[in-house]
Amino acid sequence: MSETGKPISRIDGRLKVTGKATYAAEFNQPTMAYAFPVRATIAKGRITALDDAAVKKEPGVISVVSYKNAPKLKPLDMQAQAKAGAAFLGENLPPLQDNKVYYPGQFIAVVVAESYEQARAAAYKLKVRYAAEKAATDLKTELPNSRKPAKLMGEEAQVNGGKTTAPLAQSAHRVENTYSTPAEHHHPMEPHATVAVWEGADKLTLYDATQGVGLTGAIAAYFLGLQPENVRVIAPFVGGGFGSKGLWLHTLLVAMAAKAAGRPVKLALTRQMMQTNVGHRAATIQRVSLGTDTAGTLTAVRHHTDTYNNLTEFFEPSGKQSLVLYKAPVREVTYGLVKLDRSTPTFMRAPGETPGTFALESAMDEMAYKLKMDPVAFRIANHTAQDPMNGHDFSSEFLVDCYRIGAEKFGWSARSMEPRQKRNGKYLVGYGMATATYPGGRSAATVKVSMTASGDVTVMTASIDIGTGTYTVLAQTAADALGVPVNRIQVKIGDSSLPPAPLAGGSQTTASIHPAALEACVLLRKELTALAIADSSSKLYGRASDEINYTNGNLFIIGDEKKTDAYADIMSRAKRGEMEACATTQPVSGAGLTVPSALCTPREAPAEQNSDDKHYAFHSFGAQFAEVWVDEDLGTIRVKRFTSVQDVGRIMNEKTARSQVIGGVIFGIGAALMEATDYDKRWGSPVVRTLADYHVPVNLDVPPINVHFIGKPDPHISPIGARGIGEIGITGVAAAIANAVFNATGKRLRDLPLTPDKLM
Amino acid sequence: MRPFNYSNAGEPATAIATVSANPGAKFLGGGTNLVDLMKEDVMHPSALVDITRLKLADVAKTATGVTIGGTATNSFTANHELIRKNYPLLSMAILAGASAQIRNMATNGGNLNQRTRCTYFYDVNLPCNKREPGSGCGALKGVNRNHAIFGWSEKCVAVYPSDMAIALAALDAVVHVEGNNNVKRTINFADFHRLPGDTPEKDNNLKPGELILSIELPANDFAERSYYLKIRERSSYAFALVSVAAAMALEGNRIKQVRIALGGVAHKPWRASVAEKWLIGKEATETNFRAAAEVELKNARPLEHNKFKVAMAQKAIARALQGAMQGGEYGLEG
Ligand SMILES: Cc1cc2nc3c(=O)[nH]c(=O)nc-3n(C[C@H](O)[C@H](O)[C@H](O)COP(=O)(O)OP(=O)(O)OC[C@H]3O[C@@H](n4cnc5c(N)ncnc54)[C@H](O)[C@@H]3O)c2cc1C
Ligand code: SF4
Repeated sequence: MSETGKPISRIDGRLKVTGKATYAAEFNQPTMAYAFPVRATIAKGRITALDDAAVKKEPGVISVVSYKNAPKLKPLDMQAQAKAGAAFLGENLPPLQDNKVYYPGQFIAVVVAESYEQARAAAYKLKVRYAAEKAATDLKTELPNSRKPAKLMGEEAQVNGGKTTAPLAQSAHRVENTYSTPAEHHHPMEPHATVAVWEGADKLTLYDATQGVGLTGAIAAYFLGLQPENVRVIAPFVGGGFGSKGLWLHTLLVAMAAKAAGRPVKLALTRQMMQTNVGHRAATIQRVSLGTDTAGTLTAVRHHTDTYNNLTEFFEPSGKQSLVLYKAPVREVTYGLVKLDRSTPTFMRAPGETPGTFALESAMDEMAYKLKMDPVAFRIANHTAQDPMNGHDFSSEFLVDCYRIGAEKFGWSARSMEPRQKRNGKYLVGYGMATATYPGGRSAATVKVSMTASGDVTVMTASIDIGTGTYTVLAQTAADALGVPVNRIQVKIGDSSLPPAPLAGGSQTTASIHPAALEACVLLRKELTALAIADSSSKLYGRASDEINYTNGNLFIIGDEKKTDAYADIMSRAKRGEMEACATTQPVSGAGLTVPSALCTPREAPAEQNSDDKHYAFHSFGAQFAEVWVDEDLGTIRVKRFTSVQDVGRIMNEKTARSQVIGGVIFGIGAALMEATDYDKRWGSPVVRTLADYHVPVNLDVPPINVHFIGKPDPHISPIGARGIGEIGITGVAAAIANAVFNATGKRLRDLPLTPDKLM
Repeated sequence: MRPFNYSNAGEPATAIATVSANPGAKFLGGGTNLVDLMKEDVMHPSALVDITRLKLADVAKTATGVTIGGTATNSFTANHELIRKNYPLLSMAILAGASAQIRNMATNGGNLNQRTRCTYFYDVNLPCNKREPGSGCGALKGVNRNHAIFGWSEKCVAVYPSDMAIALAALDAVVHVEGNNNVKRTINFADFHRLPGDTPEKDNNLKPGELILSIELPANDFAERSYYLKIRERSSYAFALVSVAAAMALEGNRIKQVRIALGGVAHKPWRASVAEKWLIGKEATETNFRAAAEVELKNARPLEHNKFKVAMAQKAIARALQGAMQGGEYGLEG
């Protein structure tokens, strides 16, 4: 009977392919005007003159908002923001509050007009003069000015500084190399867009392409000085985010513009703006050192990352996986950080692990070669079942199975250790593998479930489906928990007025909202059961609740299945047109936000349903295997097939889960072979500006991708047993490919992406 | 994009007259390049004259070869029986470019007139002599991995992006154009595009108001042995890092005639005439192909970030000639 796990197609798929799914920019409003932002053309300095006289004369122009006339926003205040759940601004720069410029492309004004075209044409007429200052534009150039940051996302940034120096010096074998990764951009298919609608001076609705309606609402409310309950954020469908759809300045800009214009206003970013205004993954330079004894047992792991940030404290945490993978008596993970006058880096699919596994897993391959050990055997020999940092057992961990199953399914045994042994016509053929890992996060969430007497169920939570399948899997969980068919379940998400849920980031949506959905369904069923037991005309009258089970819209007596009572009958006899229940669940540590919901008073789930993060470490693991064909003459590398084995807990829907991993692997192929944003050192601006220059894989670059799940529910994360799956698929991919290139050619490439020039 | 006037021409003469009379006017083919440039505010014509309804969209046999219409689409041209059979090099080159959707819109005249993909040219906030003469060349000392290794000047180091034109250069095509007052002339393909010199703002030698009516392909003996090789950063839908159009006619195993044109290396299709000359009369062997490529690339002048193009072009020439020996194959790269 279980719906959970079945590979059912997306319940919102039909809406999407028929164009009926409404995305942010499509919420057109009567009397709506259009905004087009103007961007700074210097990297650093201030605006000395801003003349909008010519703009205002252009046809259709309604207003020009700049630092000269912009509504005042609440200033930055980390403590107050944190209290309001508004800490997570994409960049700490409330827009248009002064004349300072912090990076090329920064929004410095916004033109509002009757049409998009009029706003855009008028925007060219804005005359801006600047006093430019010397800008820091390049990571390598700025390295001498690097500092050692103390904190990284609330944790210690410098772990065991200097502690591996002696063990590395004493190790029997040592590998020490520098790996670099470029700046990368998210480029979800749907560009960022917002429609802002004011109702009076203190109520605002934002239709916004966001990964978190609650987050966006809280931040907008904070900076605009509104009551949080007076800002409603609506995002029923979001065309991908990959970390770029937190709250960026355009969302505040359009709210300000709508206020100035006294009308609803729409603002949609161009691709060029998506290169400068909604974050990116910063470039990294990583130095990885591994030491082993003569038998190939790791004696020390060191991972140092140099990277940059700008207007937030966040920086690319590419040492993360080096704190989790492999048994080693001592490990050192450190960072050097410079500030660049470049658009602000942010989270991008598997922040940290994506560039970090490239470095660590390349180094592991280099060590395996040095030891003349099979890379799979080398990893198994150094496997750890405990979190090396706190000694906690992993809650549920099958990494060695991932290696073995992957090797078997891929045909790893056909690989020759010696490079350059396999040819196919003009191609050199190589095999490579790497470990994948990503934390199994979970946060607090509240879900409300209601049921009508006619058997229609609605599941409600302010979560988001950024293309991952949230709608579908929620319906599956509710179907099982209530014993009703999936097609009688309506899922309402993407609206901040619904009960709170975490943002769709950190691969935690499923792990967070499903326990709450389950608990809400259980509460609803309990109430139905209580009604039946108390009702003398029910066949269940007077029975104990533990004698009663449910199926197909009915309660029944266990072992006496003719004694049933239908939900509909129970409800109609009790004169209940609709019943509802609401539950909040959260990890033991209380991670995540529990804010009161206007829609319901949630009940807390019993403690045993919470993930026990005091005693267990939650991580997902996997193994990635790649076959590449290299045309050495031309420098071209093609991935010919890929096998990915993932241990991510319970699989909620085989199809959407598989799609997440396939998408992750494709993302990884992009990172390995082609994705990069270059910047001009003199002006600091990107010279890769559109999808014509920012290459992502085309169909022909994507080989058959064979995905296999271990599928063992995690007994400690929640009664559901699912960890997240959105990000782990990309991790390790670039290393598996680069390792395969070494196996094919004997050339070790340590600088991503592996474009043809790198092999010349 | 700025406001502009749009009109639709019924006859070549009216289109030419309208564009000749207004220095701000432009012909509009498929718009796949011009409209992008307008959206980026790189170009801001005051008027567009749509020429896609002119009756210049045929591919036809002539006494001396085949003629392809100026407004015929890239897709129609590449897939036309006469082209596939007699000029497979041209089919291969066109099909190696852009995407099916873009080729369905793109016209042959527009393809020859497409502008460089130099990103400094596209970013109106950065200096570029081609976009704004006298402002300086942003790429010369900037990020120039996609730029020229032949024929550049201090004023401009851009490369010309078309694939189709590289094949046309190898095939010694002739461009038929018409200017105001019915003045018709022909331009040999080698003279159509320009090197940047001191006037990089001029991509080619078309005069203002001149319309490309057709492109003539002289008959040749290359149909059996030709190949278009394109090296790029992904399997399709990317401009060439380096491309080679190669065609050969043999006498026994000796090379009677050979044509080699390179894309992605210069401001115009680069005929590898040094290599061509070296090969004439020699045996068609891999060793000779490599040797010829080497002598051609001796003259290369790479920039800071594109030194790889020298080795790449050298190997690509040899590989393309081998491809030509095997008779080529549609859609096969490398
Ligand atoms: C994302 C992308 C990828 C691409 N990749 C490739 C690639 O890999 N290889 C490649 O070769 N090309 C590529 N292209 C370019 C594409 O081939 C050109 O945009 C197309 O050929 C231009 O033709 P069009 O008819 O659309 O020209 P338009 O944009 O209409 O016009 C271009 C110019 O030509 C002028 N013009 C048009 N017709 C005539 C005529 N008959 N006489 C005189 N002047 C005329 C116009 O006035 C204008 O100045 C790509 C384009 C895009 C957008
Ligand atoms: S190379 Fe040419 S097109 Fe590019 S910036 Fe220099 S002048 Fe402009």
